[in-house]
Amino acid sequence: MDFALSEEQQLLRHSVERLFADHYAFEARKRYAQEKDGFSRALWARYAELGLLGLPFAEEHGGSGGGPVETMIVMEAIGRALALEPYFATVVLAGGLIRLGGSEALRAAIVPKIASGELILAFAHAERQSRYDLADVAATARRVGSGYMLDGAKSLVLHGDSAEKFVVSARLGGGQRDRDGIGLFLVDAADKGVSTRGYATVDGLRAAEVTFAGVRVPAEAALGTPGAAFPLIERVVDAAIAALAAEAVGAMAAMHALTVDYMKTRKQFGVTIGSFQALQHRAADMLIALEQARSMAMLATMMAAEDDVRERRAAISAAKVQIGRSGRIVGHGAIQIHGGIGMTMEASVGHYFKRVTMIDTMFGDADHHLGLLAESGGLIAA
Amino acid sequence: MDLGFTPEENAFRDEVRAFMNEKLPPAIRNKMIEGRRLTKEDIVTWQRVLNAKGWAVPHWPRQWGGTDWGPVKTYLFRDELQQAPAPEPLPFGTNMLGPVLIAFGTEAQKKRFLPRIANLDDWWCQGFSEPGAGSDLASLKTSAKRANGHYIVNGQKTWTTLAQYADWIFCLVRTDAAAKKQEGISFLLIDMKTPGITVRPIQTIDGGHEVNEVFFDDVKVPAENLVGAENKGWDCAKFLLGNERTGIARVGASKARIRRLKELAALEQSGGKPLIADERFRAKITAVEVEIKALEMTELRVVAERTRSNKPDPASSILKIKGSEIQQIITELLVEVVGPYALPDQVPHDESDRWNEPPVGPDWAGPLAPQYFNYRKTSIYGGSNEIQKNIIAKAILGL
Repeated sequence: MDFALSEEQQLLRHSVERLFADHYAFEARKRYAQEKDGFSRALWARYAELGLLGLPFAEEHGGSGGGPVETMIVMEAIGRALALEPYFATVVLAGGLIRLGGSEALRAAIVPKIASGELILAFAHAERQSRYDLADVAATARRVGSGYMLDGAKSLVLHGDSAEKFVVSARLGGGQRDRDGIGLFLVDAADKGVSTRGYATVDGLRAAEVTFAGVRVPAEAALGTPGAAFPLIERVVDAAIAALAAEAVGAMAAMHALTVDYMKTRKQFGVTIGSFQALQHRAADMLIALEQARSMAMLATMMAAEDDVRERRAAISAAKVQIGRSGRIVGHGAIQIHGGIGMTMEASVGHYFKRVTMIDTMFGDADHHLGLLAESGGLIAA
Repeated sequence: MDLGFTPEENAFRDEVRAFMNEKLPPAIRNKMIEGRRLTKEDIVTWQRVLNAKGWAVPHWPRQWGGTDWGPVKTYLFRDELQQAPAPEPLPFGTNMLGPVLIAFGTEAQKKRFLPRIANLDDWWCQGFSEPGAGSDLASLKTSAKRANGHYIVNGQKTWTTLAQYADWIFCLVRTDAAAKKQEGISFLLIDMKTPGITVRPIQTIDGGHEVNEVFFDDVKVPAENLVGAENKGWDCAKFLLGNERTGIARVGASKARIRRLKELAALEQSGGKPLIADERFRAKITAVEVEIKALEMTELRVVAERTRSNKPDPASSILKIKGSEIQQIITELLVEVVGPYALPDQVPHDESDRWNEPPVGPDWAGPLAPQYFNYRKTSIYGGSNEIQKNIIAKAILGL
């Protein structure tokens, strides 16, 4: 039982934190958001130089063979910096599906390009009706010749407007909400029949609605077993939730630090507002919520690659519940203690609050995961 | 980062679990599960079983009957003990006074008292709080005046837990009325049989008698019973209160209560099906399970940190706050399981075992509403949760 980082992991953390300390002042972030893709391509190249984009991949493909702890380190730093780059979409989500489901040939072709920063990817999975049900896939994949033809509309595709390739889920058989019958395919954004409508998200990032109309893909573009890809999706989403939990912890920690600093400087009635017990206790409540979230993000990280699906899902759901609840306690407290200034676009605290709020809505909110966990019998056997 | 315990630690956990299964008397275990009160004899019997094994005071140095387990094994032991569920060794001697004597006591005091604490030959109680000194402990007034090799003690202590069974009381007394608040306080050991001591019961809202008032009227205490230097008692008190918070998360005990809660919710019918099948109720239980898991992880982080550094960790305030809140919410949910059968008053209102027999309603219902009322204490004692938040604000946040 050990919660400390190894020496290599500490070095990784220092280099990531240095990158963001040097390049992610709040004003710089505003500029990056104005760039064409809604993030900084120049910084994306720096991520690649530092080896962050190859982190979880095999060394033979230009990666460094990192695990969930390495992902946690990067995601927590991204959360602290409110970084805009498509790390989660490219490396964690689509990259995770390729890493665990791609054929050797496909990985050899794609992973080096991810690691070098040449390729931005997105996971086109959610649909208008699917809400938090990962198995609810109406998009279809029909076998045509030796390949497939994809049809369907995907929604809320994170960084879908800058992605050069999509990993797309589509149904080969079964009912719309069946776990069986789902396939995953790597599709080029420039392919005929793919249309993308990008937009900004309320937390300052980007997403897209992506439509696939009669899109032809070869058999080699399939990830996992066509028709039986659901366990792969579930596994990668679980790891993604662990990563989001780490990002949320980074954002919450930043919000809490901003708030405590503000309490030490802002004066009213001739004294710093940090001398008021009502505010001290609220800041203490925020710290408790943050530390409980941090504990659960660590649990999620250490369980993200667990092979026992029931154990893994229980830990991940529990972590998502905690992150959602803590996010509100920390976020609401941070805005309240900042007062009017916390309501403004020019203060960073509100941007953290928005990001943490949106993390709750991704891959199942606290209430959804509480329901899943309750249905599976909870964490403590009767 | 690694969640697993070493093979040796896992073997140790198995050993503790096997010991609990074999040695914990079933009658005591059943009372723990049902939330019934333990008698003095129950507590003494069990602590002597632990002491015979060398496990009554595992956190003490070996020389005084302790072990060299270190933080992880100590954690595992406590977790298994609480999950059994077994009573904890009486904390006033083992967790409070014992470590103070080891740190501040004379050789004679250690030899005289420590072995008797471990075996519960002496039942100790804690004389800190006074009517005018609760959270503001340092404003205590009970006085001790030195004369002819003795202290003459006058004043009143209150909220003295289980003083009705006690052989001895350790007290904070004021030995210098002119000094500043914290500076005129001494730490004194007083034999409860000394003339001039009166114990008066306080009945709490659960109908039980756990706490007492203790009055001192010209009580003559030998000067050799002073611990540490005169007027330096506050150092002992601060040290003791730091120890009081270790283990206060009570994660193991809360897990055992959740098991009981689920068991009872499966027995109780609501709308023609077991209450546990009710989605809303199950979600409430699950929410607490998540809180427990998070607290368990937070406690493990504190334990892991303790293997690196032995400094008192202000994070223990987090454990106290969350631990007490979780214990309270579980007692609340147990009352919800009982539903209307929370109503009949079935528990004894005195030292006896005179329950309202045969029980009205299910035979497990009686203790649960009183336990809920009783557990409101957990956010008050050991430094109220508001005091803990003051500590967090000051010691962690620097406010």
